Amino acid sequence: MNVTDWVVLLGTIVGIAAYGSWRTRHVRSLNTYLRGNASTGWGTIGLSVMATQASAITFLSIPGQGFESGIGFVQNYFGLPLALILVCAVFLPMYRRLNVYTAYEFLGQRFDEKTRRLGAGLFLLQRGLAAGVTIYAPAIIISTVLGWPLDLVIVCTGLLVIVYTVTGGSEAVALTHKWQMAVISAGMVTAMVVLLLRLPDGLGFAGAAHVAGALGKLQAIDFSLDPSRRYTVWTGVFGGLFLSLSYFGTDQSQVQRYIGGASLREGRLGLMFNAVLKIPMQFAILLLGALLFVFYQLAPHPVFFNQAEWLRHAQDGRFRAIETQHASAVAQSQSAIRAWLQARASDDAAREASARAAMLAASDRTRAIRAEAKATLVAADPRAKAKDSDYVFITFILTQLPHGAVGLLLAVMFAAALSSTASELAALGATTTIDFWRQRHPLAAAEAHDVRVARRFTALWGVFAVAFALFAGFAENLIEAINILGSIFYGVLLGLFVVALFLRRVGGSAVFFAGVTAQALVLVMYFSLNLGYLWYNLIGCAACIAFSLALQAVLPPRAPAAEGRAG
Amino acid sequence: MTDAPRPEERSEAEPPDVPGFRSWRGVYLFVFGWFVLVVALLTVFTAIFS
Repeated sequence: MNVTDWVVLLGTIVGIAAYGSWRTRHVRSLNTYLRGNASTGWGTIGLSVMATQASAITFLSIPGQGFESGIGFVQNYFGLPLALILVCAVFLPMYRRLNVYTAYEFLGQRFDEKTRRLGAGLFLLQRGLAAGVTIYAPAIIISTVLGWPLDLVIVCTGLLVIVYTVTGGSEAVALTHKWQMAVISAGMVTAMVVLLLRLPDGLGFAGAAHVAGALGKLQAIDFSLDPSRRYTVWTGVFGGLFLSLSYFGTDQSQVQRYIGGASLREGRLGLMFNAVLKIPMQFAILLLGALLFVFYQLAPHPVFFNQAEWLRHAQDGRFRAIETQHASAVAQSQSAIRAWLQARASDDAAREASARAAMLAASDRTRAIRAEAKATLVAADPRAKAKDSDYVFITFILTQLPHGAVGLLLAVMFAAALSSTASELAALGATTTIDFWRQRHPLAAAEAHDVRVARRFTALWGVFAVAFALFAGFAENLIEAINILGSIFYGVLLGLFVVALFLRRVGGSAVFFAGVTAQALVLVMYFSLNLGYLWYNLIGCAACIAFSLALQAVLPPRAPAAEGRAG
Repeated sequence: MTDAPRPEERSEAEPPDVPGFRSWRGVYLFVFGWFVLVVALLTVFTAIFS
């Protein structure tokens, strides 16, 4: 990194945070602090919803996922547009009609306080832990490749996001999201353009895509019914539907983004904006990863992309031998790919088939050496981080992009980390204030006092997230860690809302104990079965509904007064 | 638990004020159709390049 990169990085990230804090420094209304500016339009809502979901992990891990496993991960998002349609038609109008600050107020109105706190508690537990991962994920990668102290990166990122989120609450979050998404879009387009320009002469996008496809990286769709496969059309549509419905319909970090705004129309259009753009956006990021795979098939690259980890352990002849074997295998692979491209252009089917087989064999050999390198690393140190796919894109950024663009792409990572963390902290603060603190402390006569309380809770959650990021160890695959964490808790949370909305004869006690039992069941299944994690969204939701109906059948009927409170 | 209700929100039947759409149901159908088209295009993409 040179001075230009630093100017771009600090100018964008600190500039946006300072702008957000400055513009919202006079927020004194609890409504504005917790729900945002009442005149917010659909564009800002749409970008804010998108920025909340797109964390730094999205831009570090997903290209790595495309590089390592191909673009099949895109199916994970197939349930999202369907879920957003349901949120627009059912959840959003209900939240606006009830004029709630948090999604869990609805559970209190429909059932009782203990069910409301169960829903809010599940959210705080899941999202509080996830906020720590959201800060930690980019910090560990960026600090490793740039040699910056990990704790310093975590603390600086945390402090920056705490300052503007605590200052302006939901309004500052939405305001900064717009600019952060602009930085992210500009950076990712820049990376894709540079990658295409860096491909060997004559290859181009189409040629690279054919190579990626032939090497098995472009299978976007898998109709397999095998339940142990993580990403298929069915897990995406059904598991993904439940995950997205829980996330967008019941997770306060998203609900807070769209319940404010100028009108119901603005919120709906903001969500539809995401329903239309999300799958193409994720496809583009995964495709970037698959094209990075082709780029590195044709260019020299390290046997292990986390070079800091590799160099820390690669002290003896075994590692040198692996590096030599890898360099030789890469050279053979490059020759095989070029031979296949020539054979493909010759219209000679037999020659093409033979060249394809040679290319696949060469690619398999390279992959086997990479696997051997990881095994050797773990044999040398069982605590070594053997997964390097998260380091592929950042390696490309630091070694292939021109100065200025390097700063911009690092700004993308930090902007994404700040944007998702800000939404999480604002939602955690709002839920703690409204669903727990406000229960025992009615609104003060001076609204500014309530805003101060909300600010304190937001700051406390920020400190908790930073502390968790500093002191906890995390799973190696960070994007999966977040999705797994969500899948364990979201199903039951969604189940509570489905019962509330569609099973009017079920009362508070039945759904409360059903929710607790269903959550215990999901945890037991997760720790004892080998099942694709997206299914836990469906299982948790279905178990909560089934247990609610069963318990309601044996419990006394709901009191008439309670019936009247149904939302 | 909640503050004073907001002014009456527009009902499902009212037009969404989006050019080309008379109802929200039309918007939802468009988004669903777009989703089906994207899945179809990805299937074709897979068939071409895999």
